[in-house]
Amino acid sequence: MSADRPVSYPDVAGTLRQRTREAVADAELVGNLRASADAWAAGRTRMEEQHAFAAMRERARQIRTDAVGRLPELLRRLESEVRAAGGHVYFAADGAAACAYVVEVALARGARLVAKSKSMATEEIKLNEALEEAGLRVVETDLGEWILQLAGQHPSHIIAPAVHLNRGQVADLFAAESGRPVPREREALVAHARGRLREVFASADIGVSGVNLAVAETGTLCVVENEGNCRLVTALPPVHVAVMGMERIVAGWDEAAHLLEVLPMAAIGDDAATYVNLITGPRRAGEQDGPEELHLVILDGGRSALRGTEFEEVLNCIRCGACLYSCPVWRSVGGQAYASPYSGPIGAVLTPLLEGPTSPSAELPFLSSLCGSCDDACPVGIPLHDLLVRARARVRPPQRRRERAAFRVWSHLWRGRVGYWASRVAARVGLRLLGRRGWVHRLPGPGAAWTSQRDLPSRWPPT
Amino acid sequence: MSHIPGIHSAGMRAFLMRTCLADHLAPSVARAAAEVLRRAGVQVRVPAGQTCCGQPAWSIGLPDEARPVARRALRAFAGPEPVVVPSGSCAAMVRHGYPELFRGTPDEPQAVEMAQRTVELSQFMHSHGLEPQAVAGGSVTYHDSCHMLRILGERDSPRAVLAGVEGLELREMEATEVCCGFGGSFSVGFPEVSGKLGEDKARHAAATGADELIACDLSCLLHITGRARRTGIPLRARHLAELLAG
Repeated sequence: MSADRPVSYPDVAGTLRQRTREAVADAELVGNLRASADAWAAGRTRMEEQHAFAAMRERARQIRTDAVGRLPELLRRLESEVRAAGGHVYFAADGAAACAYVVEVALARGARLVAKSKSMATEEIKLNEALEEAGLRVVETDLGEWILQLAGQHPSHIIAPAVHLNRGQVADLFAAESGRPVPREREALVAHARGRLREVFASADIGVSGVNLAVAETGTLCVVENEGNCRLVTALPPVHVAVMGMERIVAGWDEAAHLLEVLPMAAIGDDAATYVNLITGPRRAGEQDGPEELHLVILDGGRSALRGTEFEEVLNCIRCGACLYSCPVWRSVGGQAYASPYSGPIGAVLTPLLEGPTSPSAELPFLSSLCGSCDDACPVGIPLHDLLVRARARVRPPQRRRERAAFRVWSHLWRGRVGYWASRVAARVGLRLLGRRGWVHRLPGPGAAWTSQRDLPSRWPPT
Repeated sequence: MSHIPGIHSAGMRAFLMRTCLADHLAPSVARAAAEVLRRAGVQVRVPAGQTCCGQPAWSIGLPDEARPVARRALRAFAGPEPVVVPSGSCAAMVRHGYPELFRGTPDEPQAVEMAQRTVELSQFMHSHGLEPQAVAGGSVTYHDSCHMLRILGERDSPRAVLAGVEGLELREMEATEVCCGFGGSFSVGFPEVSGKLGEDKARHAAATGADELIACDLSCLLHITGRARRTGIPLRARHLAELLAG
């Protein structure tokens, strides 16, 4: 069944179970994921030791909750401030509308080359495909995204899209693309990418960026980055198109300053990001730098429908990726297995919410052991554990029909003493029949999945 | 030390929730929990009508199937006494899950009330200063089960109880706060990922060189020992209650 608003990648093969099985068996992948997650965790621990993190998180939660609560008002203010500063504002009901607008802007300018910086919203709406279908060339200028563009892969992490690859794998990709050997040292890889990408910044007709945070009171777009490419993308080409999810907003600078402090702490385990770009309107008369045109595309894409629901807090997300790094499942399979730009706990909740309950991504919330690490990791206090449970309950018939039928029987048996007693007797008899020297090696029926990976002690404690 | 209001150590009474997993796969855990409480001077009531807290259906997203089973628990454990559970996960289900499960139903007040007086076994012992009255030689390593650690926010009580066992050494394992990968339906829905995490946990536990692995959740232990057995990692394990009962 296709989704109402596709967010997932349609070209990803296999079932979710198959993808996780293959990913967890890939020792190099798991090694890459865990190395990066461990580095993040060390930084995060340092941040929690050096800052009053719990208090900062509570303030961040309040700021986000307030902004989501006042969303229509803040968006109206943002719109008028951006217009006052000389920018254009377009409200896109869905991804298709957003893509159509950007294509229209590009074609109106006779554009041929689009330079992009990292943006989850454009990944969500598949903007690159839309631009390419319209005949434009799109180049990702974030190092990780560029690597993935060369590899023909989807991102595996919100902040670090190519985190599933190691330096050797990246060097091989660069060598294949350029036709000459590239050393696998970090500096050499960065120098290679810089050289290739510089031409793009200089000649691009359009720069497309995301928005980490829009400040309603001044119409300022905050774009946080570590590589300097966002600054070039948003300043060098004659047209800058910024695409933001409609919830990515705060009322004023007090709130923005706090979130800009919390974001790098949560995302990269550091006190500050390398660059924070603050963009208010296009180039003004007498200014030397900046684009001639600024277009802000504000994407709904299923977000406004979440306000006032039991899932509203998902809109508090600041896309830091901390819940991914903290998640034992993400650390074992990576983001690509989720087949969505949003992976890990937040992706498992958000993707089916954006797509609708009958989409294939409805099974993503089940890809979690409900361990709650994400709750601890989230810098804005989103109760991801509870949202995962609620997202599971949102799956409706005919999906998961067999499971539902089994639990209906279970519910009838275990709500009464007789059924429960019968169930205990069955377990005792079954363990005695199947046990071999204290262990069951193969269970029938639904238990087969258990014994595909583990034995079951037929006597406890096991010997 | 936080005391549950209205409960005093002398002549203390408590309900014991046996848990469905112990009933079906390891009755010795519930028996041991009752024994430990009795030895500490607690009058234990084990309601015969109890079945399951309802978590299996709740956490898989079937609240309508969970509710009748959980309602049975509300009836079985009606009364002023604390409900002591030898499982951090079942205790978390009642404490954290019941108010949401019964929200907007006629049972909501009773669910909220039961949630407030439900407590995991080591929490109960530690918060009332109950001595384990146990002697055990050798060493153990302790597994922090996720719902115990993160939903109940309980890291200290099981360690304090273990520290009260005469002659016992606790050897902490690496990455003790990381999930073992059991995750209820996750263990059969995504068995390969679950198995990998269980194997990691078993290796960390075995690497301590401790004589056995102790936890407050039978579910994790079944998973970890089962995976250890399958992958040839030597590991002995018992529930905390069994260690304390001797």
